[in-house]
Order: sequence, then C-alpha cells, then structure tokens
Amino acid sequence: MKKIMFTFAVMTSSAFAQEPLDQYYSPEEMAASRAMLKHITGAMNQTFVMADKFEYRPANGGALAWEAKGWHGGDKEKLWINSEAEYSFEEDGFEEGNVEILYSRAVSPFFDVQAGIKQDFNMGPGRTYGQIGFMGLAPYWFELGGALNISNKGEVSANFEVEYELLLTQRLILQPAAEISINFEDIEEMGIGSGLSDLEAGLRLRYEIFREIAPYIGVSWHKKFGQTAEFAEHHGHSSSEASFVAGVRMWY
Amino acid sequence: MFNRRDFLKSTGAASTFIAASGVTPGLLPAWAQSNGRADLSGINVLSGTEYDLHVGKKRVMIDGKPGNGVVVNDQLPAPLLRWKEGDDITLRVTNHLKVDTSIHWHGILLPFQMDGVPGVTFPGIKPGETFTYKFPVKQAGTYWYHSHSGLQEQSGHYGPIIIEPKNGYPQEFDREYVVVLSDWTFENPHRLFAKLKKMGHGYNFQQRDLAEFLSDVRKNGLGATMADRNMWGAMRMTPTDLSDVTGASYTYLINGHGPNDNWTGIFNPGERVRLRFINSSAMTIFNVRIPGLPMTVVQADGLDVKSVETDEFQMGVAETYDVIVEPKDQAYTLMCESIERAGFVRATLAPRAGMEAEVPPLRERPKLTMKDMGGMDHGDMDHGSMDHSSMTEMDHAAMGHTMPEPEPTVDHSTMDHSQMDHAAMGHTMPEPEPTVDHSTMDHSQMDHAAMGHTMPEPEPTVDHSTMDHSQMDHAAKGHDMSNMESMEMQAHNHRKDHGVVNTAMSPVSRLHEPGIGLENVPHRALTYMDLEALEMNPDMRAPEREMELHLTSNMERYMWSFDGIKFSEIKENIFFKKDERIRLTMVNDTMMPHPIHLHGMFFDVVTVEGSHFKPRKHTIIVKPGEKLSVDITADAIGDWAFHCHLMYHMHAGMFRVVSVRENLPNPHAHHNMGDMS
Repeated sequence: MKKIMFTFAVMTSSAFAQEPLDQYYSPEEMAASRAMLKHITGAMNQTFVMADKFEYRPANGGALAWEAKGWHGGDKEKLWINSEAEYSFEEDGFEEGNVEILYSRAVSPFFDVQAGIKQDFNMGPGRTYGQIGFMGLAPYWFELGGALNISNKGEVSANFEVEYELLLTQRLILQPAAEISINFEDIEEMGIGSGLSDLEAGLRLRYEIFREIAPYIGVSWHKKFGQTAEFAEHHGHSSSEASFVAGVRMWY
Repeated sequence: MFNRRDFLKSTGAASTFIAASGVTPGLLPAWAQSNGRADLSGINVLSGTEYDLHVGKKRVMIDGKPGNGVVVNDQLPAPLLRWKEGDDITLRVTNHLKVDTSIHWHGILLPFQMDGVPGVTFPGIKPGETFTYKFPVKQAGTYWYHSHSGLQEQSGHYGPIIIEPKNGYPQEFDREYVVVLSDWTFENPHRLFAKLKKMGHGYNFQQRDLAEFLSDVRKNGLGATMADRNMWGAMRMTPTDLSDVTGASYTYLINGHGPNDNWTGIFNPGERVRLRFINSSAMTIFNVRIPGLPMTVVQADGLDVKSVETDEFQMGVAETYDVIVEPKDQAYTLMCESIERAGFVRATLAPRAGMEAEVPPLRERPKLTMKDMGGMDHGDMDHGSMDHSSMTEMDHAAMGHTMPEPEPTVDHSTMDHSQMDHAAMGHTMPEPEPTVDHSTMDHSQMDHAAMGHTMPEPEPTVDHSTMDHSQMDHAAKGHDMSNMESMEMQAHNHRKDHGVVNTAMSPVSRLHEPGIGLENVPHRALTYMDLEALEMNPDMRAPEREMELHLTSNMERYMWSFDGIKFSEIKENIFFKKDERIRLTMVNDTMMPHPIHLHGMFFDVVTVEGSHFKPRKHTIIVKPGEKLSVDITADAIGDWAFHCHLMYHMHAGMFRVVSVRENLPNPHAHHNMGDMS
C-alpha cells in the first residue's frame, strides 16, 4: 500500500515539475536527461579493491600471506568480498585461507552491518559458514570489525579485529592491528578448542609512495590459547610464533 | 569615467603581454596568453552578438606538461566573451565530443530553457549536435560560463564573460585584465571522484602527524595536546580537513597558466588597473592578495558594490570579484593560495616585460576550530569526554575574577575579542545576549577583578557557539550534561542517517569573518559584511516566508547533501511561487565551507537586516558551523539548478532543483524541502 502511494506522489510532483520545460523540448528527451542527472548526482556505484596485506613471512620455511578486500556498490549498500590466506612453501599448500561474500549495509554514519557466507579453503578439513557482523570506524579512529559465524556443522565462533594508523609523517605510517578468535566448542579435527583460541597481532610500518601503493615491513605475532594451544603442541607445532614480514599494500 | 577611447587603449595594451613561458601558442585564448606571439588586440576575445563555439578535446600544455583538455574553440580556458548590456545574444554551440556537453551561463539572468543544465533546463547537447542559445543580456559585469555536463569543467571547459554596462562604469580605470583562477589535474576527474569515495582524506598530505603532536606538546603541554587530540578523535574528524582535493593533485592556474608559466599583465605606472577575478575552479577556494598593493573591490558576482579597500579576500568557487589597483613603477606578485595552502598559483603585474616580484612562501596551513562545528552534535558518539553544555556549572569564582553580563544597550560593535585567550583563563566566555553582537569585542585589556564585577549565571538561551573550546579539558572539570536541554539549540528537522555525521547545535552568522585561515592575517581581509550594493536593491519587500536548508555530509563515506538527502533520492523539487519574496536560511552542518549557487536569481545577502543595499550574489560561501540568510525574489519562472559549486560535492548529491511556478503545487508541502519519509 505504501509503495503505491509513493509511486503516485512521484508521478504527480514530477508531472507538475516538467510542465514548463516540456513546451520547449521533447518530454521523452527531458525525461531521459532527468533520469541521467538523478543517476549521476549521488547514485553512482564504485568498485574498490585493496590488498591491505600482501606479504612474505620468512619464518618456518617461508609463507606468502594476504588480506584482501573489495566492494562494489553505493553509499548505503555494497557487495563485499574479503579473503585471507597464508600459503606455506614448506607445506606447499594453504595453511589457512578463506573467502567471504557479504552484503553490507550502512546503519549509521560510521558503521555497516554485514551478512553473508564464508568458505574455508585450507589444507585441512574446511567449513562453510553463515556470517553476520559489523565493521566501521570507532571514535579515536579505531577501525573495528567483528563477526559471528555458524558453520555448516553447527559450530559457532566469533572474531573481532581492531586496527589503528599512526602517522609518523604524512607518508610513513605505523599500523598496529590485532584480531582474536573465540570458539564456543572444541573442534578437534580443526585443532580448535573452545574459548579464546587465537590472537594475531601485527605492527607494520608502511611508506605511501602513492596513496595507492605502499611497501611495508613489520612483525606478525600469532598465539594460540588453551585447548587450541594444546592441540597445536600435540601435533608438534608451536603455539606461539613471531615472524618478520615484508610486503606491499595496494588499492584501486 | 571609462569611455570608448579608454576601452580601445585598454584592449590595445593587451598586446603588450610579455614572453614569460614556453606555452604552445594557439592553445590559450589571446587574452590569456602571456607570450606575445599572437596578435592579442581582440582576435581571440570574442565580441559581438553572434558566436560559434565548438566544444572538443585537445592536448594542452599545463604549466609545461601535456594533458587532456576539454576545450572551447581549441582554447583552455574558453574564449573571453565580451557582450554589451541590452544586446540580444546568439550562441551556436557545437559538440565535437563523444559524450553530451552543455554550456551554463553562470550568473546570467535569462529564460530558463537557455540556462544550459542537462536534466534541469534542457536535454543537453548530443555529440555532433549544435544547440543555439538565444537570450537578451539584461545585466552588466564579470561572469563566466562552464559545462554542466559530467565533470567536463574540471578538464578546462570554462571561460570568462565581460558585459559592458550600457551607461558606463561608476569607477574610473585605464586598463583591465581578466584573472581566471582554476584548478587543473592530470588525473582523470572520474578517477579522482572515485578515489574520494574510497578514501576521502586521500589528497590530504597535511594531516596531523607525530612531529606535530610533539611540537604541540612542547607548545601547549601534554595535557592540553592530549585533550585536543582526544576531542577530534572522539568525533572521528580532523582539523586539517579543509579541501577534499588539494595541491597534491592540482596545478593551479591563472588564465590557463601555472605558477611556472608566470602569466604577466603589463601596465603603465600610474594607471588604474581593473582586475576581474573569476574563480572557475572545480574544487578550490582561493585566498587572493597582491603583496604591497591594496585592492579596491568594486564589484562582486557581477554587480557593483560600494568601493571597499582590502589586502586579501577569500574567493569561493564560482564567485567573481572586480578590484581596481594603482600599481607603482614596480612588479607585483598576484598570489593565490588554495585554502588548505598545499598549493598556489601566482602571476605578475609589471610595468615592463621580464620583471618579477618576490613570490611569498605558502603560509602555515590553517586548522579548523571548534567554532567550525557550530556546537556540533554527533549521531552515535559518546559525549562524555567533550561536553560543552554545562557552562552554567562552571566555577567562575575559582578563576580569580568575575565577569559582568554586558547591558544589551551597550554598543560593543567596535570591540575586539580576537586576542582573548579563553584557555588561559581556564574558561570560555559565553555570548550572554543573543541580540548583541560581541564578536568584535576586545576584552584583552580588561581586568575583571579590578573592576569589581560580579558574574551572573548566563541566560539559558545563551549561545555558546562562538567559544573556542579547543584548549579546554572538560573531563578534568567534571562537567556533566545535565543542563543540555536548557540551551537554545538549532532544530534539525531533516534526515539524519548514515549520510549525516554531525549537526550544528548552535550555528552562528559568520558574515563578518573573512574565511578560514584569514582570521589572524596581519592585514585587511574582506568579509561579506564589507560588501554593500552600490545601487539600491531592486526588491525591498521583506520576505514573506522562510525556508531553512541544511548543508549536510559524511566525509568518511564522502556523502554530500542538503537536509541529509542526496539529489538522487529527491522526490520533489523546491517550489517558489512566482514573485514571492523568500528568505532562504542555510545552516552548514559540515566542517567545510560550501559555495552555494542558485541559477536564475540572485541572493540578497542579509548582512544588515532591513538594509536596502544588501550585497547581491549568485554564489555565497557558507562557512562551517554558520547559519546565514539570503532573500530571493522568485521572479523567474522555470526550473533552476541549486547546488554546492564544489564540483564533487554536487556530483555526490549536494544539488536540488528550484521550480518557480505561478502557483505552488501544494501549499502545505513546500516547507519540506526534501523527502522526510
């Protein structure tokens, strides 16, 4: 009902508005140019692609890791694609990797809610998750993100991340970042214990040659906790590792 | 008086432009060239009543580098059109581009179907087509023209217009130059806009960094510096956000010449030279000065104003100012800094070819202050750490002095407040009576204690918006928000969703201020209050109704709008009834100055209420945190574009259509200027 009323209102007001002009120009041509003006004045979509992290980690035989994101859409609604992965040269395969496809909607000036699916593509047993989360800019310029995941086997987990940018100079930027994962049950086949399972922290120093291209160096520190740490140690892995990283941040 | 012989002398003198650059001849119209290789005595200045203008693409030389321009008659800027008041003008515009084009005659009063805005006043000019504009010239003065299609204006599609007055000039001058200011980028304008959408601060290389933090700590102490960072951080804003696109991308131009080209205008010592400044930029607000040479402003936006002498003025995009200068036998630098001071363009005025004056260095970049926020309120932030509302709770006794509430009858108009350091006093000073203008008071020499004053509680209606809170540590004073409701606050009956970050709680008039960054210059700087129309306003009726419009934004998402609604979401035009007198009050809820432009009608700027000599403008800068009013006589039937003239703000949605009709469609609906559903 509301929608019908709404259409009616549009027709009456715009019909009124067009009256004087359409004496001079063809109403069809005017209608087309009005539609075009509306479209280009606030409604145009954009496409964004960013490899926030694209780096080499020499520890443990070497690994290539990335954290990339991209979106297409307008001010309110966007389609997001996120991907994180670490490819181990020693193992010759992805130690971890996932892709998320999310619908993102602006709910406040600085925050979006996002919902969609996430697919693992690591070497071990993978999962498909349904995901609901948020991301945005908190006061004091902290970039925040968080998501609740439910796997296709019914397991529930959550992760939160926070990032900050400290301008040492206009182009030299120090970026601390941290991410934690929380699991609500043990998933032994994936080496995950319940509770706080993982903390990943990084400190990267980049130089923005252009805004779009910034090589960086840094350190990345990964620690597993509780049952998760025990699972790792049981399989002969360390529950805590730090690595030097070198990479480049790029966007378009 | 300026007569025909003077005019010939003046155009003849244009041929004495000097060779100062290696710019390829032919790319620039003669009036803009400074290389002296072309016959400059009028060939490329187009005059008469019939014109053929060809819009095309061309490689152009900009400050010594090649770029892709959108040009008119192969020239960037487009040719100077010289009309005469009272003439009937015919302009045939042929589109040689692969996309639609248009020409809008900025500030020219004409039948709306000739106004040249695709989607508003005509369908646009298709590739290969010729569109004929025909209209009578009803006015005189300095104006300009530009494309209203896509982002063509950014690539060079703009040119000046001079209209000779029918009855001569009110001020004498011997020679004149047009000074067309603009901003050129070697980037694709569409890519530039996309970058702003993805990273709104991407062109700002003057952000506050660690070095500035340390220097602020040295200057102001750690506590004050942290409090200041804390406040801006809480709002997710930065005081350095003055221009979206800066000198990092722009090469600024005068008459198509960059600072290296050094365009030069020649004069004979003793002459009175009229400079017709036009800001044809896409995005750049300029500060204009000629060190050592006072400028007498005689015209603003094409209409004569009472002569007023100044040393500098801030010029919004699309504004024009005519000034008369009397240079001595020496060279002068015409210095135009972009508002954020990351770039500049200079030109030279000299009595002889090859002379050059010192080019002053760029001044320190200005910063926004709390004043620019108009007592800002943020949708989803925690106010605990930056609450200004409880001024009535302050312990003034502890400050070791008392302060009187000035009598409303006292004339404070000549006082200077500007030197007052509120921070040092540990408090800020409210403006106790809304009806009194204390803004120019000087309290700096006032010893309150010695005067034995007592300080009353400020009235609940007190306007705190002009206070400088930047140094204040509210947290330490244990303020709370309990008295928030008692303040007189600006109503915000418009949409406030993801597109609106802040609303100005108590915006103020800033017409008496010269603009951001010019508050403390050691010389005169022009303000809108300095402008008075030379001729009595044509319509002296008081406004019959008032409309309030808010300038809104979310810089983080690079969204720009009126009343929180982008043009793409607009369901209905703004309606004016034919011949009604409207007061349009604009409230700037954003942190940037916006040059707001209405097509087809002039704004009578309400500098002095009731004055019959209000300055009349086609474009007015509304400063951050400002609330100002303009009166409009809706005497032009038709549809008219109304927008922010910062091109990418317009492109992002800060645009409306004003429809002037014999009757309003719905007498109850017209107060709603947007979709409130």
